[in-house]
Amino acid sequence: MCETCGCGDPHKVSVEIQERILSVNDREAAHNREHFAARGVLAINLMGSPGSGKTAVLEATARAFAGRFPVAAITGDLETERDAERLRSAGIPARAITTGSACHLDAAMVHHALHHDSVQDARLLFIENVGNLVCPAVYDLGQAFNVVALAVTEGEDKPLKYPVMFRKADLVLVTKTDLLPYLDVRLGAIDEALERVTPAPLVFHVSARSGDGLDGWFAWLESQFAARSGPVPGHPAHNHSHI
Amino acid sequence: MHEYSLMTALMERVEAEAATHRALAVHRVRVRIGELSGVEPDLLESAFAIVRAGTICAGAALEIERVAARWVCPACRRPMTAGERLECPTCGEPAALAAGDEIVLGQIELEVP
Repeated sequence: MCETCGCGDPHKVSVEIQERILSVNDREAAHNREHFAARGVLAINLMGSPGSGKTAVLEATARAFAGRFPVAAITGDLETERDAERLRSAGIPARAITTGSACHLDAAMVHHALHHDSVQDARLLFIENVGNLVCPAVYDLGQAFNVVALAVTEGEDKPLKYPVMFRKADLVLVTKTDLLPYLDVRLGAIDEALERVTPAPLVFHVSARSGDGLDGWFAWLESQFAARSGPVPGHPAHNHSHI
Repeated sequence: MHEYSLMTALMERVEAEAATHRALAVHRVRVRIGELSGVEPDLLESAFAIVRAGTICAGAALEIERVAARWVCPACRRPMTAGERLECPTCGEPAALAAGDEIVLGQIELEVP
């Protein structure tokens, strides 16, 4: 009923909402963060193009940390368990999320995987996102850090072409540096492009194949891990359902 | 293309709000999309055209306000221009994003009884 004159005609009202469209995902991500905090888990969302060397860096990282502290991975791909299999071969538990046609992981998918036994005991958890330089940047997963892998073969201007992804990066791994002698690509130009899309980027130049530069990446991980000397085991009572 | 899944989330929110107000129809949906949000307004519009069919938004217009990216020095507030190194040449501080990452449902206009 019209409130002005009571004439019975429908009328229009404007309703203020002012909410992030992804508020449902944001709530799931906050919930994942609670999981991680409760267990003292350092969670890293690793993003990058298909073929940027994400899995190779994780294999090298898995080998370096194996036996020192519990590392695990959740890997996202449209199809196959291949990345998870590679990481299991490298010595860490890994759970694959196959997204079908979805171009990114979202917080709910990660939450579902978190309750899988194989990754429950991890203190350092890598979430290897779907290979894609666009969509994954939009979804918070509850990670502590976003790390973006960028292979030297992708070219010097890649950060300028995909500013959204690189702006979200807390750290950039410039990978496959062993291929530099065969390319007309300068590391300095990649770094300069990064400085134009993200403020004071933290960058490591690495080759998973030769091992060059990995020490800096490992040292960074260790320092972050030490910084969150999280409380010990014991997941808080948790009575929501998991689909 | 994540715009379709964004639009699905948007529609759920709008439908819930419309139900709360016992709306007969939704006439307008206003969103703000930042230049650095990772969302492409044109694709969002295409997704809206598909998703609204048969819903309370069937006759609704989608209004997208595009928000330009704005980087400033957190210390002296000097603005940085696009393409510049994102570090204040005066203070040496890393720039901070002041606007441009919005993905926000602002207002909706409803027809109520």
